[in-house]
Amino acid sequence: MTDLTHLSLADARAGLADKQFSASELTDAYLSAIEAANPHLNAYIAITGDRAREMAAASDVKLAAGQGGALEGVPLGIKDLFATKGFHTQAASHVLDSFKPEYESTVTSQLWRDGAVMLGKLNMDEFAMGSSNETSYYGPVVSPFRAEGSNLDLVPGGSSGGSAAAVSAWLCAGATATDTGGSIRQPAAFTGTVGIKPTYGRCSRWGVVAFASSLDQAGPIARTVEDAAILLRSMAGFDPKDSTSADLAVPDFAAAVERGVKGLVIGIPREYRMEGMPDEIEQLWQQGIAWLTDAGATVRDISLPHTKYALPAYYIVAPAEASSNLARYDGVKYGLRETGKDITDLYELSRAKGFGREVKRRIMIGTYVLSAGYYDAYYVKAQQVRTLIKRDFEDAYNEGVDAILTPATPSAAFAIGDQEMQADPVKMYLNDVFTVTVNMAGLPGIAVPAGKDASGLPLGLQLIGKPFDEETLFAAARTIERAAATDFSPKRWW
Amino acid sequence: MSVDAATVKRIGRLARIRVEADEVETYRNELNTILGFVAQLDEVDVTGVEPMTSVTPMALRRREDKVTDGGYAAQIVANAPLTEDNFFMVPKVVE
Repeated sequence: MTDLTHLSLADARAGLADKQFSASELTDAYLSAIEAANPHLNAYIAITGDRAREMAAASDVKLAAGQGGALEGVPLGIKDLFATKGFHTQAASHVLDSFKPEYESTVTSQLWRDGAVMLGKLNMDEFAMGSSNETSYYGPVVSPFRAEGSNLDLVPGGSSGGSAAAVSAWLCAGATATDTGGSIRQPAAFTGTVGIKPTYGRCSRWGVVAFASSLDQAGPIARTVEDAAILLRSMAGFDPKDSTSADLAVPDFAAAVERGVKGLVIGIPREYRMEGMPDEIEQLWQQGIAWLTDAGATVRDISLPHTKYALPAYYIVAPAEASSNLARYDGVKYGLRETGKDITDLYELSRAKGFGREVKRRIMIGTYVLSAGYYDAYYVKAQQVRTLIKRDFEDAYNEGVDAILTPATPSAAFAIGDQEMQADPVKMYLNDVFTVTVNMAGLPGIAVPAGKDASGLPLGLQLIGKPFDEETLFAAARTIERAAATDFSPKRWW
Repeated sequence: MSVDAATVKRIGRLARIRVEADEVETYRNELNTILGFVAQLDEVDVTGVEPMTSVTPMALRRREDKVTDGGYAAQIVANAPLTEDNFFMVPKVVE
């Protein structure tokens, strides 16, 4: 029998239903793979083997009785940002040391409701702040990909770097992730996996550690478009506990995957052609256009004039919201506590020690732009620019565009410890230049692997959709996946 | 706009993050790099543009004004570093 961990989620689900193997066998296969790989990749920061075996055994009982849920017996990895009752939940931060929530996030509770099995908690950038998974208190995740002929460790992208690496390296059948500025789509693009950030409001934020509340959205990372569609259906849905949760029915996303793109109008925004962008990215984009055209879509050049202002506006809005959200980590209610001579001292020392450099930098920026005298010049202005960014998309959609095709990232994965990015925070931020617009406008966006660069590293394309039209994204992404017909699995070196 | 050393210290105090003397210069440089980057927004004419308050058109849902949750103090303090009788313990605040 082939290695069970190499099955797609859809095939694993079918194999479980047909009793070709049991949920316990599948879970054990993943746990063995994690044990062998994790010392090299550092994708998991907590492995919940006992819990996984318990859940798998319960799934086997249900499967035997023919009562399996939509994900019955499917082993998943969970980003450390999701609250899992009684299990490690620290947003990969020192400040949340030993925190074990007394409650379960809505998204994960829905996955367990549908029968999924939890393998463990996945590494990430601290508080989801980063594009390389290097800001984690638990150390960087190492990408399962290496450039051909090189032994250099590469980043898997971030912030959902653990999720992307684990999915790509067959350490789970699929993973939860979150995306505030590109944190699902950029790591998916770097690791040859599929990641979708659904429309703001599609997945409940309840029980997801907050970074920037008006931008945060949960979504899956998976090995195929179909797998991502299956996972999103279980993750999504109205939740009265999240005041911005959308009270809309959740479509059967998987049913839309093979729908095709015939008759669709795909917009190609000229502003996404960046100065200094590698030729490989431009060629990939042109290839994507050709594939969609061949499949019956019409391509139209469009303009999204405020694109270049999305990233600067984001670096006001996101830190501002983060500085408020992260005020709760005070050394009193949970996590790390330093001794201080008075309460202010206790706060300042606990936070200085508990937060990493990138998180502190962003809290400082957020505090500054919200402080007296600067609020209008920075925060209000950024929110006005955000209105303009959203209007650009609305104009395109009102003129008949069904979805928008762009590159997912301006480059392939880079090395861990990249000197230029370490020296200049803005260089790191530019990783999200193509993805951040989507968060600013609350739209759905999917990254799908589409090609490789000269050294064999995966490159992804992004499709941006209308609000709550994830189905069109799955159909278009599947068209690209089918046309690319490329094996995006890493060559195992670990 | 750019920040000086005194502003860095003031932001640190507002954010309740201790900034040590040898960290001020690094913070100052990094914050100024970021502020320089976001200064691009000065090019955008936002006259008459409403600042975004909600990314999707939605009215906040209302509910009946009654207690729907609570009554589990022990769980609330379960993760606290220092507690007594379900209270969070902190250094003396009022003399």
